[in-house]
Amino acid sequence: MKTLQELEEIRKRTLDAINLRKDTEAIRVVVGMATCGIAAGARPVLTAFIDEVAKRNLSNVVVAQTGCIGVCRLEPIVEIYRPGEEKVTYVKVTPDMVGRIVTEHIVNGNAVRDYTIGYYEAHNN
Amino acid sequence: MGFFRSQVLCCTGTGCSSSGSHKIIDAFEEEIKKVGLENEIKVVPTGCFGLCETGPVVIIYPEGAFYSHIKVEDVPRIVSEHLVKGRVVRDLLYSESVDESENIRSLNEVDFYKKQHRVALRNCGVIDPESIEEYIAFDGYRALAKCLFELTPDEVVDIIKRSGLRGRGGGGFPTGIKWSLAQKPVSNIKYVCCNADEGDPGAFMDRSVLEGDPHAVLEAMAIAGYAIGAQQGYIYVRAEYPIAVKRLRIAIDQARKMELLGKGIFGTDFNFDIDLRLGSGAFVCGEETALLASIEGGRGEPRPRPPFPAVKGLFGKPTLLNNVETYANICQIILNGPEWFAQMGTEKSKGTKVFALGGKITNTGLVEIPMGTTLREVIYDIGGGIPGGKAFKAAQTGGPSGGCIPAEHLDTPIDYDNLLSIGSMMGSGGMIVLDEDNCMVDIAKFFLEFTVDESCGKCPPCRIGTRRMYEMLTKITEGRGEPGDIDKLERLAKNIKAASLCGLGQTAPNPVLSTIRYFRDEYEAHINEKRCPAGVCKALLCYTIDASKCTGCSLCARVCPVNAISGEIKKPFVIDQEKCIKCGACMEKCRFGAILHK
Repeated sequence: MKTLQELEEIRKRTLDAINLRKDTEAIRVVVGMATCGIAAGARPVLTAFIDEVAKRNLSNVVVAQTGCIGVCRLEPIVEIYRPGEEKVTYVKVTPDMVGRIVTEHIVNGNAVRDYTIGYYEAHNN
Repeated sequence: MGFFRSQVLCCTGTGCSSSGSHKIIDAFEEEIKKVGLENEIKVVPTGCFGLCETGPVVIIYPEGAFYSHIKVEDVPRIVSEHLVKGRVVRDLLYSESVDESENIRSLNEVDFYKKQHRVALRNCGVIDPESIEEYIAFDGYRALAKCLFELTPDEVVDIIKRSGLRGRGGGGFPTGIKWSLAQKPVSNIKYVCCNADEGDPGAFMDRSVLEGDPHAVLEAMAIAGYAIGAQQGYIYVRAEYPIAVKRLRIAIDQARKMELLGKGIFGTDFNFDIDLRLGSGAFVCGEETALLASIEGGRGEPRPRPPFPAVKGLFGKPTLLNNVETYANICQIILNGPEWFAQMGTEKSKGTKVFALGGKITNTGLVEIPMGTTLREVIYDIGGGIPGGKAFKAAQTGGPSGGCIPAEHLDTPIDYDNLLSIGSMMGSGGMIVLDEDNCMVDIAKFFLEFTVDESCGKCPPCRIGTRRMYEMLTKITEGRGEPGDIDKLERLAKNIKAASLCGLGQTAPNPVLSTIRYFRDEYEAHINEKRCPAGVCKALLCYTIDASKCTGCSLCARVCPVNAISGEIKKPFVIDQEKCIKCGACMEKCRFGAILHK
């Protein structure tokens, strides 16, 4: 190690991988992974989120799963919690929707209205 | 490193290793592979979380779910429920981490951790101790960089002085003054040494730091090398700590590869390297001059001081010697400033101290508390109190050099000076809790037996004196005590303290003196009434059968290993005192409470 920059680079690179263990104010992506969710295809959705977060090198995002939320007919369901904001619930999520959710909602802070539960219920009943 | 959505942290300290944490790690890796999640979930071996009582311990992030007493059979369930479906397996969680309404509490809210403040143990249980990258991610080697680029050696010493840090090995000598004493002598060769020869029975905080965060010690030693002008460091570590030795070797290797040890560190002209020296388990080698003699390859015997090691130490050169826990505080002081450190603790004892809780206590394990916390908080709030509803009798601190603190001093704030004034000492931080079933004379005898074994034999007061004391204590516990024995013990103790060459002998009588000071009545009961109030000293016990309660079932006669009990069925039995070996088997088996001891 010859410079401080080298140390700083290792620090940043590793921190991304382990910041799960710190109490940070991270954005939480929660995928419903109960039997209903898995049957409806939640697994590829979860993987897509992980790939997208890794690709963009986002360090303040936690991808987690949860059990059944209760609206099994709308699975796969993904909820996104941004610190200090109301949670946003996306329904019938497919892997190709993930890129837009990450770009618009997680990175830029604007919920993707057309994918939300409110929009879906209003247009499909 | 890729992105892992979840991380499984498993303690691989000595405590959890001996309860099988390596098998748990293997099982997790296998199960995770089976369900195809190996690219999403990472299993991380870490150092000690502190709650050794509940091991093996596993923490899963991002939920922070704290699983305790995990068995290999539990792993498939945790993987399929928690990691695949995201459902925390509640019945396997550490019970304290679930609140009344079944919500998971964060670790900082659990009683055991709530009052703790982790400085020296900050990375233990958080990072993988075999990964230098993870240490760097948690600000590792930034303190060294700060010293090399921004501070002069004098400024470094001044920061340590202003922090108020005192030696954590037991003596409590101000660390900053020690550094400046080692800095002063002009010499082209100096040494920085680390005392990792943790020998007190019941103390294991240094081991946990070395196992959980070895780089913190390496970095601090390099900082010390820069401050006093040394290029070589030695860590003297017990060979009985195989995991610590292995992790230190790995850490030194990694640091050398990254050129954080070696020549021209960070491109400056500062050179520093560290080697290990393994101790063979002699308690006296924890004494500084004996330790240095042992590093040199000589017999581990102390020598008179002065000259102090700071002037003439290892190989006759100026040497700085600090304890593991002392070093573990250094980097934090450099990064956060001496004021940050000095705001914790009491007027004369700054910062935090790690204690190893053991004995009759619910949460056996490691705790780090700010100085000034009371004994009551440590034992009842953090330690969870005494199991089985028994009454607290005393806390033994400072190991064979320390003393016993009775219930009346439970509210004393813990710091160096307070503990000394109540007849004990900080020591390295072992804290053994004793309850009503412990005999204080027997405890004193236990520690004396230890010092008799460990006395190096160089000076007569320690070699002969401690043996005489041990013989007197044996006599008392065997019912052969005579009036005047207590005075004799006290007189001999004072002479040994005054005349011994090193700290081992100078402190060896402390367990006896402090138990006499607070529990004189127990000594008197042994000597005058030939009675052991706690029912521990076998020679003074007498088992009898209460004829009014005995139903004559003969169970006791059948379990007696020496056939000392006889009688007719359905009539009261009797114990032959001549034959009885006082094993207590009969008392344990009797269903009617008819067997008494006094």
